[in-house]
Amino acid sequence: MVENRPFATFVSHFVLILGVAIVAFPIWITFVAATHDGVRITQVPLPLLPGDQLFANLESAFFTGVGNAREQSVGMMLFNSLVMALMIAGGKIAISLLSAFAIVYFRFPFRMGFFWMIFITLMLPVEVRILPTFAVVANLGMLNSYWGLSIPLIASATATFMFRQVFLTVPDELLEAARIDGAGPLKFFRDILLPLSRTNIAALFVILFIYGWNQYLWPLLVTTDKSMYTVVMGIKQMLEAAEESPEWHLIMLTTLLAMLPPVLVVVVMQKMFVKGLTETEK
Amino acid sequence: MARVELNGVRKTYPNGFQAIHGIDVNIADGEFIVLVGPSGCGKSTLLRMVAGLETVTDGEISIGERVVNQLEPADRDIAMVFQNYALYPHMTVYNNMAYGLRNRGTPKDEIEKRVRKAADILELSEDQLARKPRQLSGGQRQRVAMGRAIVREPEVFLFDEPLSNLDAKLRVQMRLEIKRLQRSLGTTSIYVTHDQVEAMTMADRLVVMNGGRAEQIGTPMEVYERPATVFVAGFIGSPAMNFLEGRAEGGKVVVNGAAGLAAPADIPDGPVLVGLRPEHLAVVDGGAAMLELAAEAVEPLGADTLVHGRLGDGQLVTIRLSGTPTFGEGDRIALAAEAANLHFFDPETGRRI
Repeated sequence: MVENRPFATFVSHFVLILGVAIVAFPIWITFVAATHDGVRITQVPLPLLPGDQLFANLESAFFTGVGNAREQSVGMMLFNSLVMALMIAGGKIAISLLSAFAIVYFRFPFRMGFFWMIFITLMLPVEVRILPTFAVVANLGMLNSYWGLSIPLIASATATFMFRQVFLTVPDELLEAARIDGAGPLKFFRDILLPLSRTNIAALFVILFIYGWNQYLWPLLVTTDKSMYTVVMGIKQMLEAAEESPEWHLIMLTTLLAMLPPVLVVVVMQKMFVKGLTETEK
Repeated sequence: MARVELNGVRKTYPNGFQAIHGIDVNIADGEFIVLVGPSGCGKSTLLRMVAGLETVTDGEISIGERVVNQLEPADRDIAMVFQNYALYPHMTVYNNMAYGLRNRGTPKDEIEKRVRKAADILELSEDQLARKPRQLSGGQRQRVAMGRAIVREPEVFLFDEPLSNLDAKLRVQMRLEIKRLQRSLGTTSIYVTHDQVEAMTMADRLVVMNGGRAEQIGTPMEVYERPATVFVAGFIGSPAMNFLEGRAEGGKVVVNGAAGLAAPADIPDGPVLVGLRPEHLAVVDGGAAMLELAAEAVEPLGADTLVHGRLGDGQLVTIRLSGTPTFGEGDRIALAAEAANLHFFDPETGRRI
């Protein structure tokens, strides 16, 4: 707007700043808590300015562990989370791409039936099917493994549906041109469909990575071995220290570390897919 | 280079719709054939059947003595230019042209050679080869689509309305270029269009299609001078041919109660449709008049003038005169045409008598 009304500007800025403060304050507290030692953090009033213990806290989080997750360093938990999130995001994207490819480009019996079957699984998230899924994973001997953590979460109706919509926008002539150019189905998929869905893959990756990273209930069920803990569930375990009060400064530090990778993914990938979106032309 | 033969080709869709009702065409080696007709006449379907993108329900398609009914498009040794070009948007122009060759396992230096040669013929610069299709103008994309066909060095080129996305001026230019290119390469070509000017100017032979049937196959001038059916007569030529209802009596045809027009001697008595092209009607002195027209609208086009009017019994007639006419709207004018330029059709069957 080109209007110049100081009062309106003031009010709108005030509201915006207030909003930012409401969102940012808890994160600030988390950060501040992570920089003090365990004693200072339990005293009232809560400190509002950062202390000097950040590196000491980092050291103990990474090398001695915290609370109930004592034998397990935060580094290992972050690594587990990363592997799980990457496997879920990658697996979901791969499976959805292939199933959408089959549904859009092949005429097989009960094609729409299969599509709706996939679609209906939207109504069956892990939480609903948790017992049977656990039984299957346990019987297959996949407890306490990356496979057990990620495979049950990989099937994705949303992503399949999204790729189906993307493929439907690809003009038929491209398929025909590729057929005349001697590209078989898989070649067409690899050389033409994949590059054309690049931006959608990036966007989905961001969403799915965060979805995988934030998984709590499922890792809690399938991991009993501390070496397989993920960071999100690990934080909860840290709170349940048996004989001591919770080490808030270390827990807050872990929380902070747990928030970093999703933020990084968003920041890095955002550039890519905004650039991709402006370039897209099918 | 190859001959293309279509024998009794039919296409019926699974829903029972019959798109092609048995078409026979023999296309000679190096010939430029244009399939022309209104939209929905099956011309694109027929082309896509030759390409292998549609299955053949019945009949036989052969390219260079080889029946190709069951072959994949890639194995038919054809190349196709699509209406919307169908360039791969994420590949550079170079890769767009090279893609088909790579899939065939053509050696790298051979690909390089052929793409350079095609780019040379089509006047695509080195800089343009490195660009993506979206960075090119419509005409340049059209060239790339042509280039992708040329590098394949196929037996047959198939064109599916390749110029319909271009503006009028560019269309005329590309029309000439495609024709010139086809001549110099000598590749058998099948070209689909709904534009009769394109059809007339480019074709060695035309196949005029209507409702899934070939109404007439012949050189453009044959089709223009001796249209086989009322449909062909009305479709080819602009402005469209005038059709007048008349009656044949003893070897003469009477239109609008006026003097008899000379007709072929063997014309059977009964109703007849007389076809007269606007450009074949001339203004004459009252004595030689065949028809008398009340001019209703005069449209000067510069070189020509179109005059729309009605006969005494209300039938509409359009004529095309060169230069500026001496009469205006509302005047009555006397018209005549040479006997050779009269076309007679059976109103029942629509066939030429």
